Amino acid sequence: MPATETATLVPEITAHQVDPPQRGWVSWVTTTDHKKIGILYLVTTFVFFILGGVEALLMRVQLGTPDNTFLTPSVYNSLFTLHGTTMIFLFVVPIMAGFGNYFLPLMIGARDMAFPKLNALSYWLLLAGGLVFYLSLFFSPPEAGWTSYAPLSAETYSESSGMDAWIFLIHLTGISSLLGAINFYATIANMRAPGMGWGRLPLFVWTLLTYAVLLILALPVIAGAVTLLLTDRHFGTGYFDQGQGGDPLLWQHLFWFFGHPEVYIMVLPGFGIISEVLPVFARKPIFGYKAIAAATVVIAFLGLLVWAHHMFTTPSATIVLVFFMISSFLIAIPTGVKIFNWVATLWRGTVEFKTPLLFAVGFISVFLIGGITGVFLAVFPVDWQLHDTYFVVAHLHYVLVGGSVFAIFAGIYYWFPKITGRMLNEAIGKWSFAFMYIGINVTFMIQHSIGLDGMPRRIYEYPDVGNLGLYNLISTIGSFMLGFGVMLTVWNAVRSLKKGVAAGPDPWKGNTLEWFTESPPPVNNFDVVPRVRSVEPMKDIRRQVARQSEPSSDLSPAPAGTSP
Amino acid sequence: MPAALASAHLRTRRRVFALTLIAALTGTLVLATGASAGFWTPESGGGSANAESIDTLYGLILAVAAVVFFGVEGALLYSLIKFRARKDAVPAQIRGNTRLEIGWTLGAAGILVILAVVTFVMLDDIRNPPNSDADGYPTARIVNVQNASAYQPRPPNGRALNIEVNGQRYIWRYTYPDGDDNPLNNTFNYKTLVVPTKTTVTLTIVAQDVAHSWWIPELGGKMDAVPGHTNFTWFKVQKPGTFRGQCAELCGRNHADMLATVVALEPDDFKAWLENKRDEIDANNKEAQQRREEELRDIEEGDSPAEDADPQEEETANQGEGS
Repeated sequence: MPATETATLVPEITAHQVDPPQRGWVSWVTTTDHKKIGILYLVTTFVFFILGGVEALLMRVQLGTPDNTFLTPSVYNSLFTLHGTTMIFLFVVPIMAGFGNYFLPLMIGARDMAFPKLNALSYWLLLAGGLVFYLSLFFSPPEAGWTSYAPLSAETYSESSGMDAWIFLIHLTGISSLLGAINFYATIANMRAPGMGWGRLPLFVWTLLTYAVLLILALPVIAGAVTLLLTDRHFGTGYFDQGQGGDPLLWQHLFWFFGHPEVYIMVLPGFGIISEVLPVFARKPIFGYKAIAAATVVIAFLGLLVWAHHMFTTPSATIVLVFFMISSFLIAIPTGVKIFNWVATLWRGTVEFKTPLLFAVGFISVFLIGGITGVFLAVFPVDWQLHDTYFVVAHLHYVLVGGSVFAIFAGIYYWFPKITGRMLNEAIGKWSFAFMYIGINVTFMIQHSIGLDGMPRRIYEYPDVGNLGLYNLISTIGSFMLGFGVMLTVWNAVRSLKKGVAAGPDPWKGNTLEWFTESPPPVNNFDVVPRVRSVEPMKDIRRQVARQSEPSSDLSPAPAGTSP
Repeated sequence: MPAALASAHLRTRRRVFALTLIAALTGTLVLATGASAGFWTPESGGGSANAESIDTLYGLILAVAAVVFFGVEGALLYSLIKFRARKDAVPAQIRGNTRLEIGWTLGAAGILVILAVVTFVMLDDIRNPPNSDADGYPTARIVNVQNASAYQPRPPNGRALNIEVNGQRYIWRYTYPDGDDNPLNNTFNYKTLVVPTKTTVTLTIVAQDVAHSWWIPELGGKMDAVPGHTNFTWFKVQKPGTFRGQCAELCGRNHADMLATVVALEPDDFKAWLENKRDEIDANNKEAQQRREEELRDIEEGDSPAEDADPQEEETANQGEGS
């Protein structure tokens, strides 16, 4: 019969058997659920954040007084190499993937990522990269800095196998991020809820999309570069050896062609978190949705064209310097636009000072400083004085601590109730913010002056001249305040897991679909995926619920998720 | 009422919190302004004209930056205080304002155009050295190094004292010109670069092992010494003095100890120093030559090499500090 024939042609899923759900640690090791993988990512990267922080504090102790002998030069060089590499490759980039893993499917109304098994592989490769790198602590950790400039990273000058551990860390975390990026891209492109066109995509998802594209464009370059470094070190090639016709500057070009997009890879998802948090707590739609989404894409594009502003002091023709100054200037425009839009989002709103909002506003106020000092560094004659000094250290920490870390903490306070079903304690959160905010400014503001006084970065000791001793002591004190602030949040999170107030599905009256489901969400995320009619689907849903319950409003309880 | 008490308690706590925050910020600011002028600007003064120009350019950008900084932070702070959640306050449901957004995009672009123009105007003074003064140290025309990438600064009359700076772990070596084509017999010095005042000094910067970076803050910006490449910079010191700096590119464990000092002497004193250095090197070479010959004789006579000849001695003699 024709009717039955067509019926058999319809593809269908047949379950041959239903496995009992895994329990205990096995459920974590074997999981392909994006939420569990997201939690694995978040916890693992946070552990690396603490490790990187301890390394930073050890360095600050060493620099607390002039001519200090607390650390040996070799240990100090290892520490800044570990610190930089950890914070970038094992914390900021993958924690964004952690948030992405957990919230991307929820925000677009999907039931999982496009490739759940690939997703699990991404996480385990990340962990493997981190372990390979940190195991070098037991023999000889790398000492060439997170930039591993040739020829210092060549075998002649870095015999230690720690250098090779660094190379394998780049490879493993690189493949992890690439797989993750492909997964994000495929998920966003194909699995959005009905009605969610590109113009209704949450801004955090827009930034994740750009994050994914940037990773796909930039990571193969560093993967190639470290492979060349590996063959230079062990198989007799001379890509970066001027004696064999290679060129040390080739490394710098390849590294920064990846390295500068990496900066935007680290900060763009942070921009996304800020763009989600501000409208929720100002009770006002985001100001200029299209401008913010467009600025994200423009920043990503320009981010690929500015790499040699890290190389203004290398032998370069003037026209090259001018090109990279102008392209770096250009990138300040979309960044500025975003900051203006965020301030305008608060304008005429009703701002509720919850901890996520504090971190988001803290982000704007300190990231601005990092952005402004970036313009100083883009002017190449000025960069000749500031390059490789503590001014640059201050700039990059304003961008990465004041920028990415604050955004990450805003994300932690904003989404912790969704992940765990419990609220974080507001008082501890605010104290944590206060210590971190003051800590960041005390630590890094003074470092501009340290740099202007002529102190280069990456030196294990400095002489007692001028105010260097005092300035460095201030910076060291600030770093411990910052560290204390971070630990308050760790304590808050651990404490709230048991003692936190039950959150309910929508404690903040959010705008996006992750608040539509329970906290924590069930394995399948949503029993019903709602049709999306605007950028703020949850606002529509709340309005609809209110309308439907209106006639009997005296009797029926408040709609689920309206009370904090 | 317990509820009212609790809310009052909360309000006090909030106030304490806000006051702590404000006190901390004011403290930082007071500390900032109270400190010396060096707090805000790079080292300058008494050095070279290019460093002064960079300092001026930095100052101009700082002024523009201050306006942007206070403008944006002010707007942020104002909207936080003015539009904090209160009873009966209704948030305005504004989704954007195209004119305003185009306006501030163009505004940001405008500021950057101005900064770019200022930079280009000042660039000439920073990149190109002036001629030496009439009473400076007599210099020869510098030979144009053919280089595809790096920019070699030249004074208008093409005459400058061109010194080669060689970065090596963890010391700087300076080679002075002597007129002939063989650089091996030139006068050289380690650690301290002695230069004449009122004379344009151009530096040819190279590296022997890993990358280093030449930097004396008061004498202009840093230039990397990259193996296989040649980099250039210049300075011109007007008054005798000592200027300190250090390697600015990570070069290994003792990177922090790779110091550099520039000592500027009056042209006559410099001439005397250079001749003195020349003699010192010649004497050391002669002594070394003698010792080699003696050792060779000893070997020919069948004895073992002289025990007392310390190979370090020659090295130390050559590296002797100048000034």
